[in-house]
Amino acid sequence: MTALLTVSDLQVGFQDRGRIMRAVDGVSLSVDRGRTLGVVGESGCGKSVTSLAIMGLVPQPPGVIQGGEITFDGKNLLALPPKEMRALRGGRIGMIFQEPMTSLNPVYTCGEQINETLRAHGMSAPDKARARAIELLDLVGLPSPAKRIDDYPHQLSGGQRQRVMIAIALANDPDLLIADEPTTALDVTIQAQILQLMKDLQNRTGMAILLVTHDLGVVAETCDDVVVMYAGLVVERASTASLYSDPQHPYTIGLMAAVPRITAKAERLDTIDGTLPPPWVQIPGCRFAPRCPLATDKCRAEQPPMREITPGHQVACWFAPIDERITTP
Amino acid sequence: MTAPVLSVANLSKDFPLARGMLRREKLVVRAVSDITFELGRGETLAIVGESGCGKSTLGRSLLRLIEPTSGKVMLGRDNVTGMNTTQLRAARRRMQIIFQDPYGSLNPRMTVRETLAEPLLLHGLADPKTLEAKVNEILSLSGLSRFHAERYPHEFSGGQRQRVGIARALATRPELIVCDEPVSALDVSLQAQIVNLLQDLQQEFGLAYVFISHDLSVVRHIATRIAVMYLGRFVEEAPAETLFTTPLHPYTQSLIKAVPLPDPSVQRQQAELRGDMPSALAVPSGCAFHPRCPLATDLCRHSRPETRMIGDTRVACHHAEAGAAHATAQKIKPGKLDRRLAVLRAAKNEQASAPTDKRQETR
Repeated sequence: MTALLTVSDLQVGFQDRGRIMRAVDGVSLSVDRGRTLGVVGESGCGKSVTSLAIMGLVPQPPGVIQGGEITFDGKNLLALPPKEMRALRGGRIGMIFQEPMTSLNPVYTCGEQINETLRAHGMSAPDKARARAIELLDLVGLPSPAKRIDDYPHQLSGGQRQRVMIAIALANDPDLLIADEPTTALDVTIQAQILQLMKDLQNRTGMAILLVTHDLGVVAETCDDVVVMYAGLVVERASTASLYSDPQHPYTIGLMAAVPRITAKAERLDTIDGTLPPPWVQIPGCRFAPRCPLATDKCRAEQPPMREITPGHQVACWFAPIDERITTP
Repeated sequence: MTAPVLSVANLSKDFPLARGMLRREKLVVRAVSDITFELGRGETLAIVGESGCGKSTLGRSLLRLIEPTSGKVMLGRDNVTGMNTTQLRAARRRMQIIFQDPYGSLNPRMTVRETLAEPLLLHGLADPKTLEAKVNEILSLSGLSRFHAERYPHEFSGGQRQRVGIARALATRPELIVCDEPVSALDVSLQAQIVNLLQDLQQEFGLAYVFISHDLSVVRHIATRIAVMYLGRFVEEAPAETLFTTPLHPYTQSLIKAVPLPDPSVQRQQAELRGDMPSALAVPSGCAFHPRCPLATDLCRHSRPETRMIGDTRVACHHAEAGAAHATAQKIKPGKLDRRLAVLRAAKNEQASAPTDKRQETR
């Protein structure tokens, strides 16, 4: 059986004054029904552009899809006519964005915004749509949904707005939910509630979730599999358990170490020196080499291919498997 | 013992609010309520809480960027709340602030050099002759180079911009810096760099920080003491390690439990905190936390708990003793990550000490 969503070798660039900058440079990933895939990386690594490309929401121009394939349930999304893509978007593919404050339209009530999605996908009877909207708000755990349905976004708290966003994304029972930093703007207490809600809904509906985030704690709690992205490339891919128990890529290790742990106090946080290279800078070898303490001449000259280290765990690093190549001092 | 850098007594801030027909209905929102604490040289008091709890209002009231309604703020031996405008302006040299969004807080039309020179000239800390050297010194302290000085804020990345924000706060060599969510907008790798920078500067200059944050994991690494704020009040205040090992207030416990752990083998208990924080317009009776509290009783609904000392902890909860039994510390056992990290660290040190290539080659 093939996966519900498969992205292979996706390349997305943006035109800027005559040159094209590669934001996504050959990303491959796949998600199955009932599974959650985490896409992790720093700002600017291309994770959001990847999710926008799947939804067909990369603005063109300046964006250019330069290559690759996106297959959803057997259909090539990149070749789909705009009308069919529109039917999928908000229908079989739902999306939640980072900012619940700005993703909702301030001049329409929550109910009207849910109805818009329902109407666009064929539910025309107003009373039926309203009943469904109340049902959805109840599903996402908004208190007294029959009353709140007529509230405007500014009358709701951040967590409640994100619940409304989730209700809109779920309106047409999607097979795939793309969540781009769904909890980043929320307090930890509200974040815990929203993540739990997404898990419960997945158990109920069997949808696949693509979760884009920079928070490794969120990934550990919610994802089955993870891809780590760096500068437009996937550098490590594994099951969540394998990634956390056996991180291979120096970038992944650095990222994990930089997260302050609430369970213990460190004298000093470990940092990854330097910053992500801007997309117009061409790096010949491994893109992480300029920031990598292990980098050798080979790393600086040749881009390492993705290799399987243990079943299902792939890494793009010349040092992998890391323990065999380096001796503990 | 030397006098504390900052001492705050019964500080409150009310915001009047007019409502209803002809705006006749007058309401008062008490954003900060009866806050008392002391902060010594080289110490960090972290203030944590959910959005809307009043932590930023408190931070700004300390510097009188927002005028407090009542209470007293002392900076060293000087009464900040009693100062006139001229005195206050002079005192601002000694107390500075770093904001969450460095882009919004830097003047987009000024180069970094101009931004840093302004406070120095304003407070008479430099003259045109010494200015350049002083600015360069501040730049290097903040991990920026001279090359950055002639640039405008929009030319910087988020992490560098926050370094400029820190440099600006540092320029007048203050005793106290209020850091209002300084790393919340940054990626984890940059967050770690900025936290380390703040700690280095604190050690070098004996700075006192009031560190406002909603992120308990960051706070654990930087704070000497931690105060947990809920609807305008401190509900618990304790030395950092004590707060994490034996949190007494049920709200503190829920906050700690809500942090996702970066280890899939540890199953976090289900989030027990339901719903949102109530609006400051309608503060619940008795203990403000009772509608969300798993331990709430009738007593909590009717009477507001006074702040009491239990061990090193100041806590405002009727059931703090029962809460202590409720607390469970979670531990993550070190795994391969730590070993590999040690390798990376060693390689980094080697790189730093030996500029010539002596690193291991791959086959």
